[in-house]
Amino acid sequence: MLFYLIRRIVFMIPLFLGITIISFIVIHLAPGSPTDIYTQFNPKVSPEFQQRLRKLYNLDKPLYVQYWLWLKRLTHLDFGRSFTPDARPVWVKIKERLPITIKINVLSMFLIFIVALPLGVLSAVKHNSLFDKITTIFVFIGYATPGFWLALLLMLLFGIKLGWLPISGLKSLDYQTLSAWGKFWDQAKHLILPVFVSAFGGLAGLSRFVRSSMLEVIRQDYILTARAKGLPERTVIYKHALKNALLPVITILGLSVPGLIGGSVIFESIFAIPGMGQLFYASVMARDYPTIMGCLVIGAGLTLLGNLLADISYALVDPRIRVE
Amino acid sequence: MWSQFWERFKSNKLGMAAAIFLLALFLLSFLAPLIVPYDPVAIDVKAVLMPPSLEHPLGTDMLGRDVLSRLIYGSRISLKVGFVAVGIATVIGTFLGALAGYYGGLVDAVIMRLVDIMLCFPSFFLILAVVAFLEPSIWNIMIVIGLTSWMGVARLVRAEFLSLKERDFVLAAKAIGASDLRIIFKHLLPNAMAPILVSATLGIPGAILTEAALSFLGIGVQPPTPSWGNMLTAGKDNLEIAWWLSVFPGLAILLTVLAYNLLGEAIRDALDPRLEE
Repeated sequence: MLFYLIRRIVFMIPLFLGITIISFIVIHLAPGSPTDIYTQFNPKVSPEFQQRLRKLYNLDKPLYVQYWLWLKRLTHLDFGRSFTPDARPVWVKIKERLPITIKINVLSMFLIFIVALPLGVLSAVKHNSLFDKITTIFVFIGYATPGFWLALLLMLLFGIKLGWLPISGLKSLDYQTLSAWGKFWDQAKHLILPVFVSAFGGLAGLSRFVRSSMLEVIRQDYILTARAKGLPERTVIYKHALKNALLPVITILGLSVPGLIGGSVIFESIFAIPGMGQLFYASVMARDYPTIMGCLVIGAGLTLLGNLLADISYALVDPRIRVE
Repeated sequence: MWSQFWERFKSNKLGMAAAIFLLALFLLSFLAPLIVPYDPVAIDVKAVLMPPSLEHPLGTDMLGRDVLSRLIYGSRISLKVGFVAVGIATVIGTFLGALAGYYGGLVDAVIMRLVDIMLCFPSFFLILAVVAFLEPSIWNIMIVIGLTSWMGVARLVRAEFLSLKERDFVLAAKAIGASDLRIIFKHLLPNAMAPILVSATLGIPGAILTEAALSFLGIGVQPPTPSWGNMLTAGKDNLEIAWWLSVFPGLAILLTVLAYNLLGEAIRDALDPRLEE
């Protein structure tokens, strides 16, 4: 098991380097330069000043040197300073926002899992029943619904028409005056819509996936054997079939991390949530290279972490992997 | 083979409905200039934010533009994005997947590591950054979406090639001295076409949704050109006073994406009846 884990982690290093190299090249080769933002609308800026500015940020050096400098600093979690006028360290900026995005994504993964799993299993067990058909329709519509549109509709219904839920931010204005329970409830109310919206697409996908994985397993010989032994149907389904059907589901959950992180740009901008997605969007608009790179690296790091967790759970569930 | 395919496809009612819906949508977008009731970019200060009525069946936006006309013109963007972006992704994915599957060894290892790297990206972050840096244009968006969504096809083609290249007809072709190119294009690729076609059809919805999201965030198709995504931005800005600006463009996206998904599944079932549950 330990050997397996070490191998998985070592395997991630080239993956991580590859991701940072591609990000670095793509971002620095794009036309335009961050110094334009200070200078292009200001006639007083001389070409010499622009040169100085480029030198200050190492933008005059060849790309591989820039990458090497960046990588060296990364080893002690130094992402450099933001190009924006406040010039704060990128890591500080990210650290403020990361917990919010992680909280929302973990909650929505949890929601996806606890809803999609029973939905998929029941659909497969009651294959072709009315329940299965209704679930399938829901899944197809869920697949096709643009998340940001669903967000607008829910804001319209629950926020504006019914007035039940707040539609932006994470806290109410009077948050500080609330009791402990009031604070919790206030935060929860602000999280309901964003978490639901970001879970929605994955919900449909995963329940479909669980269903087909379960259908596949139910056809296997060992299920027939279990039934032939006279085991009760409950044991056959929940002990023999479900365990095996869950294996591919774990991988899919791990692979869904980049989608969730990418989606956070949209949900955070709609619901005005000060998370990573919003930071990324703002830094892209300001061509803030260090912050963009920081966000991409953290995003990729979270994805790799998700994959690692998936690998670990896989090994815990499936003894064949531990032995190899 | 095709007549069999058509027979099976015809019997799938949902698939047929989806195909007919998409054909109608293509027709509508081609004929847009002839059938739209209003000029989609004409500003009318006397008809600002009008709710749906006989005059404007889907209402007007904050500049008095007719929502139905803009919706019909917007379909051009979504349909084009779906085709071009997926076309690019399919060509890249097929090429790399074929190389990896046919040659194996080091070529395979390098290509598959590249696939792993690309799958680890929060690709929407990357797309967002690149599109925002380039001049906003629909072509840039299609190219960037295509460049970041070829991995699924590559894996699929590789797997097909791995199993096909051991078959007798390929070994026979090799034995009589056929070149690698000939074997790949004449013998292997035609046999892998069915799954490629299915995966391309099922890839279109993703491209449409990504473009809509980019335009919604304001870095995709730029106003006044209507796209379903940027129409929803107007919907968000006027959420409290004009529900029709949010509801109809989203519904258009939903139906189009749904139709492509149903079509893709119907093609898959018709191509390979064994896959049917």
